[in-house]
Amino acid sequence: MLAIPINQDNSPEAVVELLYRLKVKDVMTHPILTAGPADTLRRIQATMKKNRITGMPIADGDRLLGIVSMNDIVEALENGWIDDPASLHMTTNVIVLEDSMSLSFCVSYFNKYSFGRFPVLDRDARLIGIVTASDVISTLLVALNQTLERLEQTADAGRAEPARAEEELDVEFATEPFNFETAGHASTEVKKMLKAAGIDPAVTRRVGIASYELEINQVIHSRGGKMRYRLSPTRLVIEAEDSGPGIPDVTRAMTEGFSTASDRVRSLGFGAGMGLPNARRVSDEFSIDSAPGKGTLVRASFDLASKEGTNR
Amino acid sequence: MNTAELARTLNAARVCAPEVDREVAGAYTSDLLSDAMANAPENGVLVTIQAHKNTVAVATLRDLAAIVICNNRPIPDDMIEAARSEGIAILQTAEDQFAVSGRLYPLLRAGS
Repeated sequence: MLAIPINQDNSPEAVVELLYRLKVKDVMTHPILTAGPADTLRRIQATMKKNRITGMPIADGDRLLGIVSMNDIVEALENGWIDDPASLHMTTNVIVLEDSMSLSFCVSYFNKYSFGRFPVLDRDARLIGIVTASDVISTLLVALNQTLERLEQTADAGRAEPARAEEELDVEFATEPFNFETAGHASTEVKKMLKAAGIDPAVTRRVGIASYELEINQVIHSRGGKMRYRLSPTRLVIEAEDSGPGIPDVTRAMTEGFSTASDRVRSLGFGAGMGLPNARRVSDEFSIDSAPGKGTLVRASFDLASKEGTNR
Repeated sequence: MNTAELARTLNAARVCAPEVDREVAGAYTSDLLSDAMANAPENGVLVTIQAHKNTVAVATLRDLAAIVICNNRPIPDDMIEAARSEGIAILQTAEDQFAVSGRLYPLLRAGS
């Protein structure tokens, strides 16, 4: 099970402060998917697969009754009770978090219990969200970046050379169809992250461009997706993966000026048919894997040691 | 020329004025965000009618100093807020993109 590698006893003060300032409600996913006690495990398994989640709370309205995890599904398949209602086999001894608890509490829970997720209840014991370890990690990472940037700005101008990224780092952001409110969020956060890591500004700008175009593509064209960023000392790989509807003709989609965007999208200044060509132009390596009905995975890689500018 | 002088030159309203008036180097005029993303110059000004938050995201990623919103298009609060947190100036003017570009051209073309 994924532990959260933060030592709460001797971490830097800024980290400890964050762990206390952030609350469970700041990291939880909501609204959440739930199933009823009478739903079959087979149906729950299908929902979990479709939504790519690994556990589902069983609830009656907003009252939490239990939880069905991937383990429960595997056991049901092994023992032949996959068509039974959830109420017979769900885990009823569920450990929950309250929304007003600090993140510090939440991290301790993950490291103490071997559960992948905790349902979140409000003060009136109503089920309002769920927290996974990756929710905690990604929120922490974003908050840590903001803190780091603030610290950097207040530090003396004559500070030491910026360090290069020395460790592997993975971050992930979700995009939602037609949510232009949060569009661009992943790209700006990642840009800040690279800047803080001391990556060459010209490379950082190229990453920003590719990332933004791919992010906007997911917002405009997909049913929602994930923007993943894998950082190693020498390389950054952006993986933009969505769950459909897929691109029928990739060659055509890569042609400058070709677009299937709606008028509304165009009125916002998008959909000029330049997104994918722009992203490919600024990337060191670029690939698209897509099929109608399946979804699309775009991979753009950047050589971080590169010193080349933007007008490639 | 910095962003404060830019506002005076254009006789434009400073809708968002960050604490530091950044130096402006060059400009780009476009209402297509992908086009601006591909071609706007670093520390430049984007002349556009796209008054929404996503324009700020483009400006941030492209390291632009300012956005000039033409035709007095209304500027939503969340755009101003985003620009403030990113340190990007927003100017608003009644003139159109053609007129603004014409004023800026002799001042900001390469080498001047």
